Amino acid sequence: MKEKKENNKAMQNTSGSCQNGNCSCGDGYQQTLNKKSDRRGMLKKLTMGLLTGAGMVNSACSITASDEDKEKSQLDWESFFQGNYQLMTEDEKKKTVERLERSYELNHGRHPDISAKGPEKDVLYGYAFNISKCRGYMDCVNACVQENNQDRDTQMQYIRIHEHKNGQINFELAEDNYFHEVPAEGHFYMGTQCFHCENPPCVKVCPVEATWKEKDGIVVVDYDWCIGCRYCMAACPYDGRRFNWQTPEVPEEEVNLNQHYLGNRLRKKGVMEKCTFCIQRSREGKNPACVEACPTGARIFGNLLDPNSEIRWVLANKKVFRLKEDLGTEPKFWYFMD
Amino acid sequence: MKQLKIFISLVKDGVSAATIGNRTYHIWMAVLTFFMLLGAYCFNIQLDEGLSATGMNDRVSWGLYISNFTFLVGVAAAAVMLVLPTYVLKDVDFSKAVLIGEGLAVSALIMCLAFVTVDLGGPARAWHLIPGIGRFNWPDSMLAWDVIVLNGYLFINLTIPLYILMSKYQGKIPNKNIYLPGVMLSVFWAVGIHMVTAFLYAGLPARPFWNSSLLGPRFLASAFAAGPALIILALQVINKYSSYDIKDTTLRKISLVVTVAAQINLIMLASELFKELYAPTHHSISAMYLFFGLEGKNALVPWIYSSIAMNVVATVILTMHTLRKNMKWLNVACVLLFLAIWIEKGMGLIIPGFIPGPWGAIVEYAPTWVEIGVTVGVWAMGFFIFTILVKSAIPIETGRLKYQRG
Repeated sequence: MKEKKENNKAMQNTSGSCQNGNCSCGDGYQQTLNKKSDRRGMLKKLTMGLLTGAGMVNSACSITASDEDKEKSQLDWESFFQGNYQLMTEDEKKKTVERLERSYELNHGRHPDISAKGPEKDVLYGYAFNISKCRGYMDCVNACVQENNQDRDTQMQYIRIHEHKNGQINFELAEDNYFHEVPAEGHFYMGTQCFHCENPPCVKVCPVEATWKEKDGIVVVDYDWCIGCRYCMAACPYDGRRFNWQTPEVPEEEVNLNQHYLGNRLRKKGVMEKCTFCIQRSREGKNPACVEACPTGARIFGNLLDPNSEIRWVLANKKVFRLKEDLGTEPKFWYFMD
Repeated sequence: MKQLKIFISLVKDGVSAATIGNRTYHIWMAVLTFFMLLGAYCFNIQLDEGLSATGMNDRVSWGLYISNFTFLVGVAAAAVMLVLPTYVLKDVDFSKAVLIGEGLAVSALIMCLAFVTVDLGGPARAWHLIPGIGRFNWPDSMLAWDVIVLNGYLFINLTIPLYILMSKYQGKIPNKNIYLPGVMLSVFWAVGIHMVTAFLYAGLPARPFWNSSLLGPRFLASAFAAGPALIILALQVINKYSSYDIKDTTLRKISLVVTVAAQINLIMLASELFKELYAPTHHSISAMYLFFGLEGKNALVPWIYSSIAMNVVATVILTMHTLRKNMKWLNVACVLLFLAIWIEKGMGLIIPGFIPGPWGAIVEYAPTWVEIGVTVGVWAMGFFIFTILVKSAIPIETGRLKYQRG
């Protein structure tokens, strides 16, 4: 019942379901926005006024600034007023993405391809991890960092590989920071990352709805809406979230230009980020980078709603389990052994 | 329109009253200003470098700021312990202390909001929290609740004293029918702000150390000990340096409130200790780290033992009538209690909640100098605001400062 309610809410929250633009689904601000009220017009006019005003001040004050510099600061200024991604119309999403692409191009000289592709119908992503096959090589970790443009300076990683001694699954006694040849004698390995819970505690606590569960089950963050309070980080029982404590640094030649708004586009300091099942890949029908990089085939990704998918086969034929099930988070990440 | 004119005149008179003082007063304000500037400088460094300028990290993601925030919510809530007897139970003894209490609540709340703001990764995006133009995850997020209750409490604690002062300023007697409903509301609201703040932590099953039904009541008990303890100290300072005469009986009555609250707090502490230590489960591991250290890491151990020691000593002093009635001993107890509960909320609650991490990693936390600088700056700002509020309110309350027509 609860799940159904959540689904309904998620559906309402996707702006695509409000095509006529004059409904009263959703709540609060959303309602006001969806109704073509005077207030919205006023806000828009106000914003436009501010934008033009700032632009004028800018060009008037900086005679020496080049056109590019002026455009840059104009784009920066506009980004300050950017709204919540969930509330944007398709057109607004397109414009926002174009602005982000242009901004990156002006600052770095290369043109990224930022997608705003939404979830497909009848798709719900799930993940399975074969404990028997993982040998602790950590190729998945490296592929993830490359794919998702994570900060190289602090060596941010979404995936942790835990080395357990044979005979027990106790994460407190496991080592997730090992520096020796793998696989180590008498040990086995388990990877953790964001489990994309069906009932995500991190989403519930966010005070500004900057993080939410997409219809295909991926838990995402709007990096431009997040205020950086880190409440979600405290609420996650799986250590699935990462914070940008400083401006993330990625060497220009290593930047992955194939990006998604909710995925691996470049982040700024002071915002949360996390695994998105490589949304820029998965929504194009590809496997996440970690699955592709795994040399032993320990990682399985697929559509839970497709009865012919490999993940469904695993769930049906293997003895699977999930971590910390007592918390009721319903992770979509299963472990199994051969 | 006329009211506005009176209000402007009141603010003008208040400001001029707050800028006049003896040498000690000016030195006090200068010192506070210095620390505020220092805080601003440190905050500037933090804005520039990001929160990596603090001691926080992915493991311990809340630190000194949120600790102080939690503690100060309690101080703000404690003002109600003075409001209740005065306005509702009509205990005249407290009436002079009430205005001070409400001033304390306002300053503490502003400090709370400041601590939350400096803790944000993107303070420039804080407008996303404003209902109407931002997007508010209400009623799901306890943080959204907290924003509402804290700002509401701030509003109540600004308007009630303002109404009373406006009346007295014009030489009128404040109308009870107008302010009493507000006072009643503030009594419930005060309990609300601290309960909601406790729920902020208690609502996280991911952190077993916080996920306790005792957290809310314990927050209230410790707040009603630490807050009035601070008021007792502040009242004596005001008594000494101003014409505002506060009788010893007022202090005695407040000290009774402190005593009972401190005793209840100790009972709850014992109850928590029993639950965590008698039959330790997997969920007691943060308590184990806090009290004994884990894997040779024990940075919080000295903090928690000094906190408990101060708590016990203060409660013993307060419980013995002869000692409590002696002003010197009472002051010692108040200082000890205040410090003990400050440690208890930060090093004893917020930090250990994160240690060990979800997968058992033990990363210790220590604030950096930048973080300490910002914290000191916010505290200085709080004292600054409190001083100005009290300094300008006292002459109006005592009737020395009145509205001059024309």
